[in-house]
Amino acid sequence: MAVELDVFVGNTTIMDEEVYQLWLDGYTVNDAVKVRMAGGVLDECEANQDVLLSDTMDQYRTFQMCERLLQSPAKLANQLLFQIPPHRQTMLIERYYAFDDVFVREVLGKKLSKGTKKDLDDISAKTGVTLKSCRRQFDNFKRVFKVVEELKGPLVENIRQHFLLSDKLARDYAAIVFFANNRFETGKKKLQYLTFQDFAFCAGQLINNWTVGAVDNMVEDMDVDLDKEFLQELKELKILITDKDLLDQHKSLVCTALRGKTKAFAEMEANFKNLSRGLVNIATKLTNTKDVRDFFIDLVEKFIEPCRSDRWTPADIKLYLTHYTNSAHILDSFKHQAVWDRYMGVIKSCIYKMYHD
Amino acid sequence: MPGKLKAKIVAGRHLPVMDRASDLTDAFVEVKFGNTTFKTDVFPKSLNPQWNSEWFKFEVDDEDLQDEPLQITVLDHDTYSANDAIGKVYIDIDPLLCTEAASVISGWFPIYDTIHGIRGEINVLVKVELFNDLNRFRQSSCGVKFFCTTSIPRGYRAAMVHGFVEELVVNEDPEYQWIDRIRTPRASNEARQRLISLMSGELQRKIGLKVLEMGGNAVVGYLQCFDLEGESGLVVRAIGTACTLEKHSSGSLVNTHTHPNTAPASNACNSPSKDGKEPVFGEDLPSSSGPPTPFRNLPTSSSSPPPFSPCKPCSRQSSSSDTDLSLTPKTGMGSGGSAGKEAGPLKTLLRQQTQTALEQREFPFFTLTSFPPSFLVHVGGVVSARSVKLLDRIHNPDEPETRDAWWEELRQEIKSHAKALGCHAVVGYSENTSICEEVCILSASGTAAILNPRYMREGCLDIGSTDQRFDDPSPPSCGFCHIPYDELNMPFPAQLTYCYNCRRQKVPDVLFTTINLPAEAAVTGKGCLIQARLCRLKKKAQGEVNATAISNLLPFMEYELHTQLMNKLKLRSMNALFGLHIQISVGENMLLGLASATGVYLTALPAPGGIQIAGKASGDLNNEQHVQSIQKRINDTIAKNKELYQINPPELTEEGVGSPIPEPRHRSRLFRSHSESSDEVSELDLSHGKKDAFVLEIDDTDAVEDIHSLLTDASPPTGFYTCNTETMPGIYNWTTAVQMFTSVRVLRLSNANLSNQSLNKIFTDLCENLLKSFYFKLRSNIPCCLCHLNFTVAVPEEELIQVSVTAVAMTFDKDQNQEGFITKGGNETEEQLQFPLELCADSSSTNAQPSSKFSGVPENTIVSSRAASVDYGSFADRCSTWLELLRLKANTIRRGSVKTSRRTQSLAHSVSSLEHCSPLTEGRPRSLRSSRSFGGSSVTMVKMTPLSFLPGTRIIKFLGIINMFFIRETTSLREEGGVSGFLHTFIAEVFAMVRAHVAALGGNAVVSYSMKDCVLMENPNKNQAQCLINVSGDAVICVRETDQEPMTSMTNIGQTCAADGAT
Repeated sequence: MAVELDVFVGNTTIMDEEVYQLWLDGYTVNDAVKVRMAGGVLDECEANQDVLLSDTMDQYRTFQMCERLLQSPAKLANQLLFQIPPHRQTMLIERYYAFDDVFVREVLGKKLSKGTKKDLDDISAKTGVTLKSCRRQFDNFKRVFKVVEELKGPLVENIRQHFLLSDKLARDYAAIVFFANNRFETGKKKLQYLTFQDFAFCAGQLINNWTVGAVDNMVEDMDVDLDKEFLQELKELKILITDKDLLDQHKSLVCTALRGKTKAFAEMEANFKNLSRGLVNIATKLTNTKDVRDFFIDLVEKFIEPCRSDRWTPADIKLYLTHYTNSAHILDSFKHQAVWDRYMGVIKSCIYKMYHD
Repeated sequence: MPGKLKAKIVAGRHLPVMDRASDLTDAFVEVKFGNTTFKTDVFPKSLNPQWNSEWFKFEVDDEDLQDEPLQITVLDHDTYSANDAIGKVYIDIDPLLCTEAASVISGWFPIYDTIHGIRGEINVLVKVELFNDLNRFRQSSCGVKFFCTTSIPRGYRAAMVHGFVEELVVNEDPEYQWIDRIRTPRASNEARQRLISLMSGELQRKIGLKVLEMGGNAVVGYLQCFDLEGESGLVVRAIGTACTLEKHSSGSLVNTHTHPNTAPASNACNSPSKDGKEPVFGEDLPSSSGPPTPFRNLPTSSSSPPPFSPCKPCSRQSSSSDTDLSLTPKTGMGSGGSAGKEAGPLKTLLRQQTQTALEQREFPFFTLTSFPPSFLVHVGGVVSARSVKLLDRIHNPDEPETRDAWWEELRQEIKSHAKALGCHAVVGYSENTSICEEVCILSASGTAAILNPRYMREGCLDIGSTDQRFDDPSPPSCGFCHIPYDELNMPFPAQLTYCYNCRRQKVPDVLFTTINLPAEAAVTGKGCLIQARLCRLKKKAQGEVNATAISNLLPFMEYELHTQLMNKLKLRSMNALFGLHIQISVGENMLLGLASATGVYLTALPAPGGIQIAGKASGDLNNEQHVQSIQKRINDTIAKNKELYQINPPELTEEGVGSPIPEPRHRSRLFRSHSESSDEVSELDLSHGKKDAFVLEIDDTDAVEDIHSLLTDASPPTGFYTCNTETMPGIYNWTTAVQMFTSVRVLRLSNANLSNQSLNKIFTDLCENLLKSFYFKLRSNIPCCLCHLNFTVAVPEEELIQVSVTAVAMTFDKDQNQEGFITKGGNETEEQLQFPLELCADSSSTNAQPSSKFSGVPENTIVSSRAASVDYGSFADRCSTWLELLRLKANTIRRGSVKTSRRTQSLAHSVSSLEHCSPLTEGRPRSLRSSRSFGGSSVTMVKMTPLSFLPGTRIIKFLGIINMFFIRETTSLREEGGVSGFLHTFIAEVFAMVRAHVAALGGNAVVSYSMKDCVLMENPNKNQAQCLINVSGDAVICVRETDQEPMTSMTNIGQTCAADGAT
């Protein structure tokens, strides 16, 4: 006795969110049945394992049939094959494009190429995310990357428009695209402690402040490429560390402001020149693509690590960076206030975000 | 030349890539009607072509308009080789021929290919201009309305019910023509689809003509079927009830939940005739041999089970079994006398009146299953007839006389059975076939009834007319249960008692019918689905031998099914079956029988007795204990069921559950086969007072099986009710959440040497497991009722059993808290409406492309309903998008220190994002445009239900009948996910095409939907499969009960959301 055929089709397509998640997570039908059984779903409605198996297979089939539409979400809204209420469509799309932070952390900043795709089984083994799920996530990144690559206009907005994603998810994708495009190094050991959300935040800062799009919103790649002119202008900041007077003046202004406000004052005073040199050097080197890639590692090595070894608190960091930034405005001979603010605004929030264990 | 058909091809979308090199398609369209074909220009290199063609005009006879579909073919232009077909759309323009129905067909249709399925969509506009034709000899019947609904459609009143109409057309099946050997599967499938479309058009036209002759203007309960007779041809036949319908003037008829209707059902028990082969029960039968005699001659005796009267052989080709039987006792008449006997003369008078009205009709049959109040006077019981025929080639398609004659015989049979029950009419009438190779079983069944003569005369089915009491003094809540036949000349043994409701007339102890439960009937507790399932092996054979073998088996099967139904009914402590439908399916080496019905406890009928278990021999202690333990289980089950279905009639309380076990001595005399016969019952009567009891002899292997199947039938889990009628008595507060579904399961019997018993078990488990799956799948809809559960069985090939089910899950409100729900829904609608309307204005003003405009659609309601469906979701999204973006930018400004310059930037940003809001502004990047170009029109939600109504809504317009036939074939079965994947896709595609047609007619729902055929053939070894599906229903526009305007898609969405809620 074998069930040769078993289908159930609703006029309104019936989709179980739990099964959808299992499907997205790359479970096989049999594994999904086990998970569902363990979840106690059998107690509802006096079902048995056969019922569960039949239901799971039906749902998997439905999802497979839908997958083609999910890959171009705009089609989902005006296709005729499945009658799915809009709020369910939104859920389907949002979940399909959701990704695992552990997975994305592995591919962040890597080229979304065939080569990387070949390494997915290693990543799968390392992260515990099933290969099937890894592939879906990777293909999503690649698909989004390919579509927005050719578009004008704001990156987040384009992603949201084309893939009908929520604001949050669209921002995350913008970060992924931004990192992939600029090939930021994120895999080094020293950066391992940073989560995807840390990087996504930094990406948002960079996109909003350092890209061409921050000045001109109708050029291609405006949010993906850093503003070349700005990077050039950053070289002017060098004066802050090359001019000895300026450096001393800056230090004394900062120290005056900080005195008595923090326990780490002694370390701040002692390290001021080192730290300042570090930050300004990062700025001046950003014209090199190679150094852009090392941006985050530089931040960690040149600033975060020294502070951490001196046991600064996050509040110390904030205080220090605020005064460090503001004091530069008082320096008479320092003329690059606008560039300085544009640079330090981002650096300050990135460092603050990245300063944790 | 009385009609002009106009068609315009607007645009296409989501076309498949036909040119691998460019990943694009050069599409054009051929529009064909009759022998005239027009073509659009080629729209090069696009998957979303905008043809925006001129109006193609066809000047045609209205006869052709009725018969022919409009055929639209989308092709890919190829300079060097033949153009490749992408797919087709067949549009039935019949709805446009009725003034009251749709006035334009306009919308997106799936482009369908029999090999590839749906391949993109095409936007089409179709109109018809009809000229008046006064020719008396015309062949067309434009203007006759057709309804699948088996009751008077909502919003209409029946001025007159004219009666039965039937027609049948035959043709050669293209699949079996010689040319099929040289043409492609696609060409063959398309030839078949087209032929069937033509044939059903012709059939409908011919039926329409008959209706006009009778003076009617509509057909309700229109039931069309295909018989794929293989080599011998293709038969399309239809039956229906001709009526003169009038629209309710005010449209004020608000149909609330209570009216059940529609459940085609059939039932029967027939015995075969072949000499001397009478089954065991033959002895009890009264005038069992020979043609049924008038009821007066029938002997009297009393018993609850149906008698089987045998019949004579019927066709020349083979023997047939036809018989009738009235499964149930029928009840008495409704005249005003205080006692049954006194009612005699009045009854006769009444009968005479109606008889004269009905006698002029050849067949006083009605395909309706629900009736206006007081239409049904009495119900006699189920009548059915079957015959087995050998098919031979149809030699002359224009003279389908053989088939006509077959059905004619069967109908005569039914008619005489009804007569024997003292009834002059048959209601809830339906006809079916089952074909295997050259053997065909024809079945007809219905419910014998006495109708109110007033409805047969001139018109007055006014609902709520007040003078009904004059004709029929019986209270409406029980009148139909009273026996229609003469108490002294009962057609079969039945046990009569005085009606428990009015105490004035006699009622039978059990009542079986094929109709829906009358809305006014008094019912105790809830009802439930009751099924009897049976498999019988038979030897493989050919020709006459085979036909004889089958016809010999039939009466046994009917008897078994009936016994099972009785037992299960009693086990649930119920006393009546509605919507009874018995299907017998024939395969090469087995017969499958499935009887489904909805059991209820009619307050007017006596409480059913319990079920007794009897051991064969007394003295064996083990055996005795065994018997007792089974008896206990049965009694427990009955008690449990009473609680479950809330059956506590006052009379019952003192009596307790079940009747005592008969004395051992007594028991030993009883044989199972007799347990239902009249003698037993009366004997039991003697020993147990008023209670009859069913006795099952446990040493009989069949009985063991029966008991087993009795006890393994699981009752639905908490929160679920099931029925195969329209609604469940006792549930009124339906919410608007409905979920229609179709499920198909095929089982392969791997073991060649199965016994009848193990087969039965397999079959029973198959049905039970299907139900369990439904409960599980639909658990988020709880509390809900699975209504109109329609099971169809088939034996597609040796060792395969196929069960298909279509039903609807309807959620109800446990707390009677309907007000709250409706108000909430209403608010939702209003809020949601604002956006879409704005957006609509927005998109049509910014969008110069014609495709998204509904120009040329004159009707306001249509426009507004479509407009409302416009992509609300993404608009809202976009709104919130810029708001959020602005906010975000504002944040950056605050944080940053370069205030002035940043502000301008942020403004610029917001402007740019604003541009994103109108999806079709020119000058946007390519990919954006292409993927969004149709973003302005999203899909209208279309609800579907097998019922004649949607709860919480009012049907304001019937747009026409939907009757579609599709073939799908694949030569890459594995790649499509095996048979399951293949069929899953196909069923989803069929739903999609039905919805698209309804939406194009301006509708938002399909009522009385049914899938009449689902024929699947597979050959996994060759990686091939083919499937045929036939669906039908009525396209309607419905509005929320509180609204005047059509339901917008938004409200629909709201409802469906509720329907599939958070799973």
